[in-house]
Amino acid sequence: MALTEQEILAGLGKIINEITGIPASEVTPEKSFVDDLDIDSLSMVEIAVAAQDEFGVEIPDDQLKHLKTVKDVVNFIQN
Amino acid sequence: MRIMRGAPGAKVLAFGGYQPAGVVTNDDLAKTIDTNDEWIQSRVGIKERRVAGPEETDIDIAVQAGGKALAASGLSASEIDLVIVATCTLEAQIPNAAARVAHRLGIQAPGAFDVNAACAGFCYALAAAGDAVRAGSATNVLVVGTEKLSQWVDWTDRATCVIFADGAGAAVVGPSETPGIGPVVWGSAGDKSDAIIVKDRDSFLHQEGQTVFRWATTALHPVAREACERAGVDPAELAAFVPHQANLRIIEAIARKLGADKAVIAKDIVLAGNTSAASIPLALSRMIERGEVESGGLALLLGFGAGLTYAGQVVEIP
Repeated sequence: MALTEQEILAGLGKIINEITGIPASEVTPEKSFVDDLDIDSLSMVEIAVAAQDEFGVEIPDDQLKHLKTVKDVVNFIQN
Repeated sequence: MRIMRGAPGAKVLAFGGYQPAGVVTNDDLAKTIDTNDEWIQSRVGIKERRVAGPEETDIDIAVQAGGKALAASGLSASEIDLVIVATCTLEAQIPNAAARVAHRLGIQAPGAFDVNAACAGFCYALAAAGDAVRAGSATNVLVVGTEKLSQWVDWTDRATCVIFADGAGAAVVGPSETPGIGPVVWGSAGDKSDAIIVKDRDSFLHQEGQTVFRWATTALHPVAREACERAGVDPAELAAFVPHQANLRIIEAIARKLGADKAVIAKDIVLAGNTSAASIPLALSRMIERGEVESGGLALLLGFGAGLTYAGQVVEIP
């Protein structure tokens, strides 16, 4: 069964908190990883790897660079 | 036809390391390219690195490190019958480095060959050295990792020039009654050969940082564990973990996943940068010099880099 946006957001919030220390509550759809959350390219790789373990969806590096906001990642995992 | 019988085991008798005198700090780099100390330290963990001047060649720095390891081993040059140099950054490919290094150190007519497995090269060369001693094809081996990466780096490319540096590290391997060099685990991923590449003789080193980071933080801790398993050593027993000094975040990620709870983790990258095949013996020789690890303890070495290639083994610290 497909996960809801809320379920993916909650999972991403937990992952991002574990990797970067940013509170999960700050991980909201409109946030930009680089500009709002100050997450660098290597942490993005760690988040992508953890998201693959959590959601079973691979996010390759050539796709990762196009995912600018939290919402972009949620959509990628849903689709 | 007969076969030779070598020693029951092989061990590292001594390590040695050498860095060129020229220090390049992050602030130095920030004067000429768009970067800063905070960015470099948070991404790769490097504070400063060493760069050899035009008068100091890749062979010169190899001779320095090899000479130190040889002196510390207590052997004379005449007792070395094989020299292996791991390098991927020679200024010129012909002749090889090993014969020149041997000649400069006064080692007479040894077997001499180079290994190119990039940043994994030292672990490949160490495995070859240990196997040669046990097979009887050599008695004592000088293994050197030497790199002058500065001559293959574009000093205007902030993605690479902040990372790579120059240096050399060496080990003397000799016969032993008991195993001092554990079974190697080695392999490669040629499908990712473009991830770290010098495309042709007019090009500089290019690295796909995210690809390498993903590979290094997901594919290598199983290799590290397998090297421990093959040696019959629990990671919790390790006195030291000395991975290739690629990036502090990679080092910490692999160490965390390995579970080497008592081990001193090599973090030589902070003051040495990424010196490719030199980084492991350089780091370990400095840990020994500083008294951070004791003789007789077990260290896991893990090399990985362009190819992509990787190799790891447990060694007894001399």
